Amino acid sequence: MRYLPLTADDRRAMLSAIGARSIDDLFVDVPASARRTGTVDLPGFMGELEVERELSALAGRNIPAGSAPFFCGAGAYRHHVPATVDHVIQRSEFLTSYTPYQPEIAQGTLQVLFEFQTQVARLTGMEVANASMYDGSTAAAEAVLMAARVTRRNRAVLSPGLHPHYVHSVETLAHATSIATERLTPAVDAEAAVIEAIDADTACVVVQTPNVFGTATDVTRIAEAAHAAGALLIVVTAEVVSLGLLKSPGEMGADIVAAEGQSIGNALNFGGPYVGLFAAKEKLTRQMPGRLCGETVDAEGRRGFVLTLSTREQHIRRDKATSNICTNSGLCALAFNIHMSLLGEKGLRRLAALNHARARRTRDALAAIPGVEVLTPRFFNEFAVRLPVDAARAVETMAADGVIGGVPFSRLDPEAGLDDVLLVAATEVVSDDDIIRLTEALKKAVTQ
Amino acid sequence: MSSSMNTVGRPTRPEGETSAQGFQSLTGGRGLLQDEPLIFELDGWDKTGVDLPEADVDASDLGDLVRREPIGLPGLSEPETMRHYVRLSQKNHAIDLALYPLGSCTMKHNPRLNEKMARLPGFSDIHPLQPQSTVQGAIELMDRLAHWLKTLTGMPAVALSPKAGAHGELCGLLAIHAAHDARGEHARRVVLCPTSAHGTNPATAAFVGYSVREIAQTQDGRVDLADLEAKLGPDVAAIMVTNPNTCGLFERDIVEIARLTHEAGAYFYCDGANFNAIVGRVRPGDLGVDAMHINLHKTFSTPHGGGGPGAGPVVLSEALAPYAPVPWVTHGPDGFRLEEFEQGEAAKSFGRMNAFHGQMGMYVRALTYMMSHGSDGLKQVAEDAVLNANYIKARLSDVMTPAFPDGPCMHEALFDDRWLEGAGVTTLDFAKAMIDEGFHPMTMYFPLVVHGAMLIEPTETESKIELDRFIEALRALAEAARAGDVERFKGAPHLAPLRRLDETRAARAPRLRWTAPEGSNLAAE
Repeated sequence: MRYLPLTADDRRAMLSAIGARSIDDLFVDVPASARRTGTVDLPGFMGELEVERELSALAGRNIPAGSAPFFCGAGAYRHHVPATVDHVIQRSEFLTSYTPYQPEIAQGTLQVLFEFQTQVARLTGMEVANASMYDGSTAAAEAVLMAARVTRRNRAVLSPGLHPHYVHSVETLAHATSIATERLTPAVDAEAAVIEAIDADTACVVVQTPNVFGTATDVTRIAEAAHAAGALLIVVTAEVVSLGLLKSPGEMGADIVAAEGQSIGNALNFGGPYVGLFAAKEKLTRQMPGRLCGETVDAEGRRGFVLTLSTREQHIRRDKATSNICTNSGLCALAFNIHMSLLGEKGLRRLAALNHARARRTRDALAAIPGVEVLTPRFFNEFAVRLPVDAARAVETMAADGVIGGVPFSRLDPEAGLDDVLLVAATEVVSDDDIIRLTEALKKAVTQ
Repeated sequence: MSSSMNTVGRPTRPEGETSAQGFQSLTGGRGLLQDEPLIFELDGWDKTGVDLPEADVDASDLGDLVRREPIGLPGLSEPETMRHYVRLSQKNHAIDLALYPLGSCTMKHNPRLNEKMARLPGFSDIHPLQPQSTVQGAIELMDRLAHWLKTLTGMPAVALSPKAGAHGELCGLLAIHAAHDARGEHARRVVLCPTSAHGTNPATAAFVGYSVREIAQTQDGRVDLADLEAKLGPDVAAIMVTNPNTCGLFERDIVEIARLTHEAGAYFYCDGANFNAIVGRVRPGDLGVDAMHINLHKTFSTPHGGGGPGAGPVVLSEALAPYAPVPWVTHGPDGFRLEEFEQGEAAKSFGRMNAFHGQMGMYVRALTYMMSHGSDGLKQVAEDAVLNANYIKARLSDVMTPAFPDGPCMHEALFDDRWLEGAGVTTLDFAKAMIDEGFHPMTMYFPLVVHGAMLIEPTETESKIELDRFIEALRALAEAARAGDVERFKGAPHLAPLRRLDETRAARAPRLRWTAPEGSNLAAE
């Protein structure tokens, strides 16, 4: 077996050094009833070529986004990732190292985390960011729990534009911890409803911008209303590239930001692994979940970085920890850090502008189709349209024509009564020809 | 004329002082080991390393939502970027460099075939919400992975979506919570954990609102059955036990632990962090387990990546399977389906744990690893992992003190610090001195039940030569410690990119992001 270095001679010599007759001697503590002879009922060892053949066949049965006009978003976005990113994250020293508990021999990873935290803080307009969460949805759930700890209140208001998967992820965790969630009925734009739902028991308001329908929202007034009631404002962003064009959550009064960072540096990967961004106001630092990397000096006074404030964390505080998170998204955070370092502010702003321009062009093309109504007035790179037919069926029809035309809202929330709503995202990878093909396919799908 | 003239093709040889002790370069450089500033210090405020066309920004729809203030993100050209990260990378220890004996972390070789497969566009470039008819191969891959995991563990069901070990623990406890709720047993508010448990166990229990009660441990490092029996009761929801446990020992009474737990109406959660010791040889399903997470980034070799991403699928017993989170895979006449909602009156699922379907990239890597080994190779994995750990234990037992000398260990060998008594050297000092010898320290001061714990997990991917090199290094260090060479340890590491870091200072006045030096107008706050 190519991954196992011991030879039969090695094994014999080692057993004899141990004083064991056979390998079975080392498994004597296993209860007799659970000892197995032979192997489990699965295929045997395979060479590299055979494995590659079998898995390539499976991969070949999927239609990659890059091989078709492609317009899916709804929390995961296809962007062009520079080749440098994937090369660097495959360097052994980054790929095959552990969480940097021994800072003297992990300065590479630690400096990356410090840079990542700084980038995330600046991008979101916040004062502190952690070293990553699993993804945007779990970051949002952790933010709600954190708000409940900070305010000692147990009610969370979830805005009508919050991605339904995020709503469900928050609810799962909130209900186990006796936090009541109030989810407002999904709607393209419903700022007023959020403000009305805030009361004296509200720990936090969770607002997504751009929201699941693509609507870019000024949350300043929601922030004011939340703060007036003693509640925290959690802003969720599922498409971070938007922050190269839109006002940051911090500028609009957010207390905590939970975002999906996949768009920068990370592939679609059928939904994971992604990277959750988590940022907050400085005064909330000690209630934050997850790893934090901080600056210090070594014994000779040289600058260095360490994981810090670990008294919040499970390995020190056990059942008093702020979260149970341990392994997070280190390598995806590195990919984010590299891609963002390549872009810089100049590149990010250009990228964001391009996305907005592509989406506007797509919107204009679709708006011209009879029976198709654009629902989202202010958007970044994604918008909702109402179709005269069932959106899920339209998507299947378009797929049969080789066009991946978007995400039907019913895929996210079958009970919202929005079966005719289609979410369409257009990033910088969408070409003019793609837009023409989408338009033709949708035209056909709505008349069938 | 000096013979050190290094003209092309002419060999040079060492001259002058051969010791570099105390040598200082003129610029502070250290040969190949380069100092590297932060990206914020490289004057990239007006640069970008990505060529994008200037788009005409017509942001008229967005009104005053447009971001006007500077963001403060520097950019670098591609060559600068490469240097920045390659220089940084050289300050990291890695499994590809040397043995990485972190107990309980299973730092094994990460096959590159796994990386190659995960990057096939048919897996990496597919969207979680594109029509299911266009991702049949991906859903089938999830189904195959599920089949391997269920067969290896002897369990009837698996929830794939948890994103790491701790997230898997959360999944297991939420299923247990839902199962008790469904029976109206709301009074079960306690989770039992042995004192030797991973920190994530009590943290997860508390995270979902349970209170934690500790179970004592016997002299030989196992769960104390009498204490367990005394602490089980109508208020107990579950017990969380790691097996093999964090002392590196198999819980001999595991079947009895399961029986007592079930008799008391509670569920048995097994922390599967140490599954590498038994994969292919022992099925947790045969031990009475109700739920167990599997760290794909440990046993199934998806890379640790400096702290993730991981993946923590949870296998479930018949009793807990109905409460599993969405989504799951079904197979019908039209092919594979991802069920993303539970339909109908009989719905029991506790809900959704995250957006989308979990860590697909990790599924591909783990399945690649499993298929490569096959059932025979995986059994060999467990056997070699256990053999390597016992070999280390046997060869160090005369110079260090094994915490549990009697009987074999499993995949990791636990030592305490009795052998350092009076030497003036602590476990931490000893571990830091390992860095100077070219090895990553072992897990220290964990588990908490052993004084000055040193937990060594070599894994099965170490050759005998590398194990011997490691053993000789530790023996030499042990000798030096006992010979009173205290300075070697107190000042360690001497040869790392940095010396020991001041962690107290970092926590006292946290600096968690870069800020522009005073008087600089280069960057936004």
